[in-house]
Amino acid sequence: SSQVVWDTLGNRQFCSYKITTKTQNFCRNEYNLTGLCNRSSCPLANSQYATIREEKGRCYLYMKTIERAAFPRRLWERVLLNKNYEKALEEIDENLIYWPRFIRHKCKQRFTKITQYLIRIRKLTLKRQRKLVPLRRKIERRENRREEKALIAAQLDNAIEKELLERLKQDTYGDIYNFPIHAFDKALQQQDAESESESDAEKEDEEDTDTREFVEADDSDLSDFEDMDKLETSSEEEQEEEEEVEKKASYSKSKGKTPLKGPARRKRRYIEIEYEEETEPTTKTKAA
Amino acid sequence: AGDGSGPVGAAAEDGGPPAPERVLFPPTFSVSEIKNKQRRHFMFLRWKQQQRKEKLAAKKKRRKEREALGDKAPPKAVPKTIENQRVYDETTVDPNDEEVAFDEATDEFAPYFNRQTVPKILITTSDRPRGRTVRFCEQLSTVIPNSHVYYRRGLALKRIIPQCIARDFTDLIVINEDRKIPNGLVLSHLPDGPTAHFRMSSVRLRKEIKRRGKEPTEHVPEVILNNFTTRLGHSVGRMFASLFPHDPQFIGRQVATFHNQRDYIFFRFHRYIFKSEKKVGIQELGPRFTLKLRSLQKGTFDSKFGEYEWIHKRREMDTSRRKFHL
Repeated sequence: SSQVVWDTLGNRQFCSYKITTKTQNFCRNEYNLTGLCNRSSCPLANSQYATIREEKGRCYLYMKTIERAAFPRRLWERVLLNKNYEKALEEIDENLIYWPRFIRHKCKQRFTKITQYLIRIRKLTLKRQRKLVPLRRKIERRENRREEKALIAAQLDNAIEKELLERLKQDTYGDIYNFPIHAFDKALQQQDAESESESDAEKEDEEDTDTREFVEADDSDLSDFEDMDKLETSSEEEQEEEEEVEKKASYSKSKGKTPLKGPARRKRRYIEIEYEEETEPTTKTKAA
Repeated sequence: AGDGSGPVGAAAEDGGPPAPERVLFPPTFSVSEIKNKQRRHFMFLRWKQQQRKEKLAAKKKRRKEREALGDKAPPKAVPKTIENQRVYDETTVDPNDEEVAFDEATDEFAPYFNRQTVPKILITTSDRPRGRTVRFCEQLSTVIPNSHVYYRRGLALKRIIPQCIARDFTDLIVINEDRKIPNGLVLSHLPDGPTAHFRMSSVRLRKEIKRRGKEPTEHVPEVILNNFTTRLGHSVGRMFASLFPHDPQFIGRQVATFHNQRDYIFFRFHRYIFKSEKKVGIQELGPRFTLKLRSLQKGTFDSKFGEYEWIHKRREMDTSRRKFHL
């Protein structure tokens, strides 16, 4: 009758355990030994059949014989196998003695595979395991949106620029940048015309090019003669500033609050490099 | 009758009707009651135009009044922003707070701030990093001076930490990756310092940044920490500061910025140049990313037995939109 079963279910009609793919047929039956749908591996079509199944890490040998074919409840006989691999193989052998070669072989193969993957499971659980945390879509969306808004509110470029300028003001950069001191400039702007005395902070203020300098006749001559001897000293700038302080008054960066006095000097807003001193003496001598 | 004629009249001039100057909708009329979609849409547009006109007129009127009043005008109202309306956090640090200053003088970063230790950073990833993460790690190591990238081949963090301490590393950065993009950062200060776990988002590698400058040089960059106001923010800020050597090289003109805004920390790396004393130009170089703090742990990385100083608990902490913790 197993032949009949195979002829109907396996070959021709519908078997609910059968899965067909392009190249092969599989059997979904839990007691199937190989997993394929064959005449020799179908648990329904063989009245004498055996499988290995594992439960909670222990392997069992299930056997089915013709004598119990009428009692479905007692059909499958279960034998617990030894934990030891070799001893379990011997147990399989002794239980399946006189059984067809195919079933014995396949049982042992299946048992080997099962033990191997059980070993692997045990090894992996000891290692670090990647914990998968499910994302919550609503929360992810909310956080992304908030991040965008925070980015817009942050105005990063402006904030960074402001901070850098602050640091420049606080003099953290020391002497690297020769920008004029702003505090002095602001004070200069505030007081109107009486800034002649403060000259010590004016160091880098006026080193504009003097390609064109309108010098008043009287004053400049005197001052020139005064300073001729002092021209060789390194602090030429200070002297020339001192002498021209009256002329310039609150000059440097103020926007035309005080009228232009004395020599018209072009204001420069770039980084000053110290080449201006050299031109000074030449023009003076020319003027003189 | 008014209701009936209004829409019908509009429908008659459907298609190319000019919007009348002042549309007088009968008071009981509502745009949503028109069943025809086209007509309804048209009436809605008209209604919208009218609203806009009214709004413009009201603005003009207000402006005229303001000018008429001149100096006596009431001061302009400051618009409410989330930063304005932020719930006051009682752990906000006052700059003159002595207790905080004392705390900071004796916490784990004191040796760094006293210049006793030089930061040495180890950057690594989670298992099997993909190309993007690897490149990000490399770029990060160019940004942070004195940092080394090592690959992790399945080593447990707890086991590499003692090795790192033995080799004099001061900080450990682990970049976690998921689906080929980096999405998490664990920053651990090594000789039993605090460990911070961040969620990292919008990572941009150098080639994805538009208008960027050339490669960052080897100079030590400056560090800018913005908006770290609360006590928690302060400790996180100090953690970031301790990654970089204490003395920046100003000739390099590079600056690394950690800007905190609404609990999101934005990292940028720029090169600056002072064009004048009131203007500075910045050019973005290196990678950029944003972080959100998830937890701060007292000791080094230990997920099971660690003592957590702060964990983000969504249900409790995300209830108010105006409450921030950093």
